[in-house]
Amino acid sequence: MTDQSAPATALVATGSDWRAPLARRAEGIVLPLAAMLAGFAVFSLFLLVQGKSPVTFFGLVYQAGFGSAFSVQNTLSRTAPLLFAALCVALPARLGLVVIGGEGAIVLGGVAAGALGVVLAGQSGALALPLMALTAALIGGLWIGAVGALRYYRGVNETIASLLMAYIAIALMNHLVEGPLRDPASLNKPSTAPLPDALRVGDMPGWDVHWGLPVGILGCIFAWALIDRTTWGFAARIAGGNVRAAEVQGLPVGRLILGFTGLGGAFAGLAGFFEVAAVHGSANASLASGYGYTGILIAFLARHNPLAIIPVAILLAGFEASSGLIQRRMDLPDATTLVLQGFVFIAILLSDTLYGRFRLFAPERWRSA
Amino acid sequence: MNDLGLWVIPLAILGGAIRVSTPFLFVSLGEVLTERSGRINLGLEGTLVFGAMAGYAVAYLTGSPWLGVLAAAAAGSVFGLVHGLICSLPRVNDIAIGIAMMILGTGLAFYFGKPYVQPVAPDLPSISFGAWSDVPQVQAALKVNVLFLIGAVAAVALWWMFRATKVGLIIRVVGDSTDAARAMGLRPAMVRTLATTAGGAFAGVGGAYLSLFYPGSWNEGISSGQGLMAVALVIFARWNPLACFGAALLFGGAGALGPTLQSVGISQGYYLFYAAPYVLTLGVLIATSSTKRAMTGAPGELSITK
Amino acid sequence: MPFPSFSRRGFLQTGAALAGSAALPRLAHAQSGMTVGFIYVGPKDDFGYNQAHAEGAAAVKAMAGVTVVEEENVAETIDVQKSMESMINFDGASLIFPTSFGYFDPHVLTVAPKYPEVRFEHAAGLWSEGMPPNIGSYFGYIGMGQYLNGIAAGNATKTKKIGFVAAKPIPQVLLNINSFLLGARAVDPTITCQVIFTGEWSLAVKEAEATNALADAGCDVITCHVDGPKVVMETAAGRDCFICGYHANQSALAPEKYLTGAEWNWAGVYTGFVQTMLDGGTIGNFVRGGLSDGFIKMSPLGPAVSDASRAQFEAVKAEIMLGGYAAIKGPLKDNTGAEIAAAGQSFLETDIALESMGYLVEGVIGSTS
Repeated sequence: MTDQSAPATALVATGSDWRAPLARRAEGIVLPLAAMLAGFAVFSLFLLVQGKSPVTFFGLVYQAGFGSAFSVQNTLSRTAPLLFAALCVALPARLGLVVIGGEGAIVLGGVAAGALGVVLAGQSGALALPLMALTAALIGGLWIGAVGALRYYRGVNETIASLLMAYIAIALMNHLVEGPLRDPASLNKPSTAPLPDALRVGDMPGWDVHWGLPVGILGCIFAWALIDRTTWGFAARIAGGNVRAAEVQGLPVGRLILGFTGLGGAFAGLAGFFEVAAVHGSANASLASGYGYTGILIAFLARHNPLAIIPVAILLAGFEASSGLIQRRMDLPDATTLVLQGFVFIAILLSDTLYGRFRLFAPERWRSA
Repeated sequence: MNDLGLWVIPLAILGGAIRVSTPFLFVSLGEVLTERSGRINLGLEGTLVFGAMAGYAVAYLTGSPWLGVLAAAAAGSVFGLVHGLICSLPRVNDIAIGIAMMILGTGLAFYFGKPYVQPVAPDLPSISFGAWSDVPQVQAALKVNVLFLIGAVAAVALWWMFRATKVGLIIRVVGDSTDAARAMGLRPAMVRTLATTAGGAFAGVGGAYLSLFYPGSWNEGISSGQGLMAVALVIFARWNPLACFGAALLFGGAGALGPTLQSVGISQGYYLFYAAPYVLTLGVLIATSSTKRAMTGAPGELSITK
Repeated sequence: MPFPSFSRRGFLQTGAALAGSAALPRLAHAQSGMTVGFIYVGPKDDFGYNQAHAEGAAAVKAMAGVTVVEEENVAETIDVQKSMESMINFDGASLIFPTSFGYFDPHVLTVAPKYPEVRFEHAAGLWSEGMPPNIGSYFGYIGMGQYLNGIAAGNATKTKKIGFVAAKPIPQVLLNINSFLLGARAVDPTITCQVIFTGEWSLAVKEAEATNALADAGCDVITCHVDGPKVVMETAAGRDCFICGYHANQSALAPEKYLTGAEWNWAGVYTGFVQTMLDGGTIGNFVRGGLSDGFIKMSPLGPAVSDASRAQFEAVKAEIMLGGYAAIKGPLKDNTGAEIAAAGQSFLETDIALESMGYLVEGVIGSTS
């Protein structure tokens, strides 16, 4: 943003205090961006040490992630599940809960959607698809909502419980798609029966990107409105700051916890629905492909702001889209993207310590005396 | 070879407990050390995986599995140190840093581990305690790796350290109350950083066990979440190193249940049997947690139990 | 303007193009040659499934006028769809080998119609009429290799009990288990085979535990069907069991204990396919081959194989090389007592019905669900 130069001070002196609220907001944008760049810088050093060119690396990221119509669509078609998965982390985070088991809600939501789709075969998509989506959301919501309930009623740590439940969910999913729900015709890749064409979610017209993306973006906007524009969101932020204080003030902490974890899980369930209905066409073990874990990273990078999740998810999807070309052109292992993610993640978290350190962002500085 | 019938089940669970428990044991001991000082390090999963890679690579390059173990411990302590230093800064969330370190550790392990998927590194030695028996299954179950024994000794040593030594007392005071520690003239951030560093070394050794003894090779699927489960196991064990040893054995045994049941003909729903350790951990967590009282044994400054 | 690429390959192409436009059109033609893409689901040096394919890719790489691009650890999700498209769009690949079974439906089936000029050769898929004509599916009768493994195992076992560590109960795996036991029963009809499913294609600790459980149950010869057999082989040898390899040659892991192994022989197959395309010919949409076609091969017999065993092994192998061999032949029941083949009935190795196998034969201890 602006530097601390004389003209700016002059503006303040003239009494224009519209910059005061802006300063606080700017801090929340400038610091993460700077931290991300610092993460890139450290990663560049990491590459240089091994004689690899960071210029080539980021050039390939641009080329394969954003540089052409194909690249953009490649990136966007990977974005949808990341948006949902990140919401599953960001919403509970408003209450101070670190939920890292969204993967479980994704796979179970996907299995639910796939199984229901088999039952609803022959129905019109207009009826069946919303039902499948709602069921997936419901199952996902119950799964992560249970994590919230365990936290609130039993004091079970949500981070560990959600992670254990993700392992259990994946086992359940494997059991179901290879056992009771298996389509006997799915020979070497055990799956539920394929969804009929009417029950498939297609691509947006003219795009090679399915409808999960706009729905995910709407989900982010909805979550932002909920947090930023409703009393529920306000109450959640208070409870997130201090549970006991919130209870003393008579806020329904229990319902807030159940509501926010449940809603987060519902979004993750929707990711499963779109994976099944738009990508795989049936539920199978490929549902567990790690979107839930990438979602954690995205939510933290976005500082749990649902609107910020959108660009961050697109950026991360771009990195994943370029991972293949980087493997082929630079002879770097596929884990390179993971290393980059690790550096950036740590840099962003490190920047937490810088909040309030710069007078530039202090509202008082911009307020008229 | 003898046909032991259903006796195979308890025997295999015993054998599995000894074989599979060591990584759990080391990671949970490391985590106890860290958590007793008032921090949580969720990144030990990444440390474990990196330790597995580093240990395997060094053992392969030098021909000595023990140098591999040392390398894994050194690498683990570096990861712990980084975590500890970062978390010493104000307003940095130790849980989130742990998740980030997990991603970084795993990523670096996979990145540098590529050339070591193929080569065969020398294994750590084991000691046979089953020579008294002429049943091969018993002999196999009682083939105990040296690291398992070292882990058992370390558990007792840590227990004693927390109970009876000045170092143990300092860690406990720092973990229970930052203010009290400051009043005593201690430097909480430094104590925590050192405890996290030592904890990381333990986790690294746990990883070396995976790659250098059981299953005894390096690949990207070497850890199935042992590092994370061990963190849950610490809560189960109430931050008591001796209880960690018991809990690790229990989880190792639970992990052996699935394959063993299949070997005696109970083969349906094996995914559900395989989930046994996770279900068990969750069940224990639910049973032992409470909203009303702080958990017995829980360090007062620990973010996850506050 | 595409982003400049600094890779050596890109440089070579540019150089060739420049040279070509100047004076040497024929050279330019040769250089622009053909690009072949290989996609693996795991690491390509896993001592197993992926390594077998990567060895094939290495043979193709050695061909004149052919460029090979490879990607490892590509998930059976949108990831593989975009990897294939990326190889086409950025590298100009005209032949792609997506080598994991799970890539076929829906991923290869989704991408192939978009690029009718590109050839997709998929391992193990079941191409059928009505599917895009630019897809080919190829596979080998590796069950015969496991049958030969069984002959060696049947001669080596003292406990009359042999073991099989399997990933999932799918037709390919069931055929291998059944063939392994039937081979052993050709030596001694009282032999039984214990199977343990790990539920995952690659999960080291579980594979080791399964191997130990087999050894505890008294099995003294062990083979497997997981993606990377390294852990099973090392653990079994450590328990003093004989081992039979799978996918690739694992004799280096425990030469004294290694009897033989059923290996893919993709080098010959892949160079054959590529040569066909270079010559302007067409590859069949549905290609299968066995030992005699050079699709599979056996590891050299190890030092532990007795002379009698060797003689029987070579005799049966010679018979299989003649073609038209049947391992599954009547009278044969499955392990629940249902009849599979009446006396006189037999399923030749080429019988397509074997590719939808859903049973374990009598003598196999284990169940298919």
